[in-house]
Amino acid sequence: MQKITAVNDFVIRFANVNGTGSASANNMFAKAVFRMGIPCAPKNIFPSNIQGLPTWYEVRVNEKGYLGRRAGIDIMVCVNPQSMVKDVAEVVAGGYFVYDNTKAIDPSLLRKDVTYIGIPLTEMCLREYTDSRQRQLFKNVIYVGALAALIDIEFCVLKDLVSDQFKGKEKLIAPNIHALEMGYQSAKENYNCPIGIRVERRDNVGDSILLDGNAACGLGAVYAGASVAAWYPITPSTSVVDAFAKYANRLRIDPGTGKKNFAIVQSEDELSAIGMVIGANWNGARSFTATSGPGVSLMSEFLGLAYFAEIPTVLINVQRSGPSTGMPTRSQQSDIVSSAYASHGDTKHVLLFPATPLECFELTADAFDLAERLQTPVIVMSDLELGMNDNMSSPLKWDDERCYDRGKVLSAKDLDKMERFGRYLDVDGDGICYRTYPGTHPTKGAFFTRGTSRDEYAVYTEDGDEYVKNMERLVLKWETTKDLVAPPELYQRKNGSDIGVIFFGTSTHASLEAIDMLVEEGMKIDALRIKAFPFNSEVEDFLVKHDTVYIVEQNRDAQLRSLLVNECEVSPQKLVPVLNMDGMPITAMNIKGQIRKNQSTDDVIPLRKKERGASIK
Amino acid sequence: MSYIKPSFRHPDLPSNDLGYTKKDYEGVLSTLCAGCGHDSISSAILQSCFEMSIEPHKIAKISGIGCSSKTPTYFLGNSHGFNSVHGRMPSVATGANLANRELTYIGVSGDGDTASIGMGQFAHVVRRNLNMVYIVMNNGCYGLTKGQDSATADIGSKSKAGSVNIYEPIDLASLALELGASFVGRSFSGDKHQLIPLIKAAISHPGFALIDVVSPCVTFNNNAGSTKAYDYVRDHLDATSTVDFVPMKKEIVTSYQDGSSKEVTMHDGSVIHLQKLAEGWDPLDRESALNALHTARNKGEILTGLLYMDAESQGLHDMIETVNKPLNSLAEKELCPGNQALQNINESFR
Ligand SMILES: Cc1ncc(C[n+]2csc(CCOP(=O)(O)OP(=O)(O)O)c2C)c(N)n1
Ligand code: SF4
Ligand SMILES: [Mg+2]
Repeated sequence: MQKITAVNDFVIRFANVNGTGSASANNMFAKAVFRMGIPCAPKNIFPSNIQGLPTWYEVRVNEKGYLGRRAGIDIMVCVNPQSMVKDVAEVVAGGYFVYDNTKAIDPSLLRKDVTYIGIPLTEMCLREYTDSRQRQLFKNVIYVGALAALIDIEFCVLKDLVSDQFKGKEKLIAPNIHALEMGYQSAKENYNCPIGIRVERRDNVGDSILLDGNAACGLGAVYAGASVAAWYPITPSTSVVDAFAKYANRLRIDPGTGKKNFAIVQSEDELSAIGMVIGANWNGARSFTATSGPGVSLMSEFLGLAYFAEIPTVLINVQRSGPSTGMPTRSQQSDIVSSAYASHGDTKHVLLFPATPLECFELTADAFDLAERLQTPVIVMSDLELGMNDNMSSPLKWDDERCYDRGKVLSAKDLDKMERFGRYLDVDGDGICYRTYPGTHPTKGAFFTRGTSRDEYAVYTEDGDEYVKNMERLVLKWETTKDLVAPPELYQRKNGSDIGVIFFGTSTHASLEAIDMLVEEGMKIDALRIKAFPFNSEVEDFLVKHDTVYIVEQNRDAQLRSLLVNECEVSPQKLVPVLNMDGMPITAMNIKGQIRKNQSTDDVIPLRKKERGASIK
Repeated sequence: MSYIKPSFRHPDLPSNDLGYTKKDYEGVLSTLCAGCGHDSISSAILQSCFEMSIEPHKIAKISGIGCSSKTPTYFLGNSHGFNSVHGRMPSVATGANLANRELTYIGVSGDGDTASIGMGQFAHVVRRNLNMVYIVMNNGCYGLTKGQDSATADIGSKSKAGSVNIYEPIDLASLALELGASFVGRSFSGDKHQLIPLIKAAISHPGFALIDVVSPCVTFNNNAGSTKAYDYVRDHLDATSTVDFVPMKKEIVTSYQDGSSKEVTMHDGSVIHLQKLAEGWDPLDRESALNALHTARNKGEILTGLLYMDAESQGLHDMIETVNKPLNSLAEKELCPGNQALQNINESFR
């Protein structure tokens, strides 16, 4: 058997039982690798259940910094007898299977092409601990200790991590380090350490941080000055508001009174959550909610109201796989269309697509500025993969000179200078009108907000011409939006190929890796990452300039492609979908394979290339 | 806060303590059917705000959808209003109130808007004790969609088309009491002497105040056999007490009979004076209010007046400990922790 040998380039998976405290041990492993200066990408693969079902934690370690998922498991650490059959099968030939050998392994599970490493975890715990919860918890720490020996993790890094983790609970430090040592010794005594796969200190993470996108969104809301949060629990969005609460409770307490400079309400459902957000924003406080697909469906009617009555609204949609309850703990990018056009009638919403925790932070903060500038809902389109997993990211930063853009809001003084205030009067010709907060002026500036049609002075009307005028102004505002939202990221200075790839959000890492592979194989390919909807002119340009454009996304129906076809002057034939919908993050190999296959069969008849701007009528 | 007085005042119109005339509290002309109970409630709201000398722009009116929910256009034209979506007024009011605790929030809803589509939001805004006045213009039917039975229609009540309601009604006042409402009143659109002091007391109350106002729909539910028709309601009214609201710092001038009268001092120092009529009922006792409601209902009567008030009520802001300043008045200085704090946070992610 050819055993795998690798330094800083492998995939390890931990197979645990839900609710046994494995998460913090697994996290310690990932952080240790990270602190050794090696880029890594951990992922939780967990069931929609609180206790007792199999759960996995997968870490791709890659010193080159490829952070997308890679298929195939090089090292399996199996602490769950329930899933052992499946876990053994998932190991690639030449890989390693680390397991609890307190009980002998079923001989039918022994593969010739896998190296088995038994650590008597249960036995050690029974010997060492009397308390059953301790036995369970320390089992996890012991296998991390064993791994330290097996793949050469610097032990002092682990020790530091334990000290950091239990700051303030110092009593717990020694027992945890002891457990690590037990595992370490056991592996050292019984196996040739290190095994073929190992880590080696590098300096490849720079000043990066490792955090989940939801925490970054929560922090973004704190920094953007959100003062009202309303929400209804739903995986995978819950931790956005958890993070907002955590940091607000730390950073937003009024020093004089000890009271809160923010309000958080757990509402009775998502309808109520978005209603509260709309009410608060209407009244001049920055407010947001976070939810996932089912919540967005419920919020639709209100989103239409916010669009039509023009009320700033910030919504963070941490997508999961649908339809309906779908696979609630698996990731997808499948709410693109439903979010873009949420609600009945001619409605469209601004979407922002973060790809990293830093962007979760920045785009959430920007969402508040955009929502107030544009007086409309802005939806931050994260997903489970980005939101609930630790992702390596550039550090968060805030420009202390930055002022919030509160948009066009009239003060009492402004109103005094005015003849007559018209809430829906397009004074500046950009489709964005002036608004007033309740309570501003005793006799001027009051108006009636409604979801029914109205004239420029917010007076109810069923006059068709007035209705059309208003709807057309909303289109003008949409055009204005294109210049305000983030432009796409282009990965080449000049387009150099007839073939392009478009991707967004969590398809980014795998797409970039796939492009590197294709380039290495001699293919020329241009790439563009979409960061916002409506699409701005650079996106249209890119579509015009390429004969074949692959659209990478993680859903069944090629939703971003639909949106591009719908909103841009582009022939659908040249947009080739590259899809993945199994709930596991898309891999570079998958993307490369789909592109290769299409290129070789080449059933795409290249269209004649259009000139820049020629497609826009 | 701004205290700018209105510049123009009609010399003949009486003005309130702030110098505003009733005109300053009016809205646009109502488009409801002539004789609709809802219009009487609008004018009672207007009258209450005028008499209480609340600056009109310091009031926010929020409603759902229905004939009833349209009314906020017809009063308080100098106040911001928000006609939201069907059944969801409570959430919009909650968000608005969280943003600025200094305004007076008047929510207007219908029995369809509250007892059917909006039942969930209603129940939860009660639980949260949001500081607002919640007026249900209760006509036992869906006026705006042409008269279908609503969930407050009494069993056996006959519609204009002749069909008889076979379902148990939802009694919003009892329900609110069960849910822990801190102020519950019931009245009749045709009785402004009772309704106006009730609205004033509700405005003064620091927490959630429900007033369920029976308000006949002249077009679809004012026929013989309907228990929400003017004639029927007038014949079956039974009041807990007479209600008199004496605002803070005003002297009580009326003399009340001993024994049957009771004074309730409100949080802001205002006093509600009640001339008790219902037996065994105490406005500060939730259980007795529920009993009184049940007894009246068994007798086929509609019990009105102040039913219950919690004098110790604490609104949502106090429950969740927000700052005294309106949240919408906070700026970067209070809201943004700055880059240095962020760099420390970054450190925790390494
Ligand atoms: C989501 C939704 N469903 C249905 C309607 C139609 N609708 C408008 S008003 C109304 C009933 C209103 O009844 P109520 O609240 O009692 O008000 P009233 O007209 O009787 O004053 C209905 C069903 C709507 N506007 N929105
Ligand atoms: S239909 Fe009924 S509720 Fe509606 S305005 Fe007419 S009378 Fe009033
Ligand atoms: Mg009704």
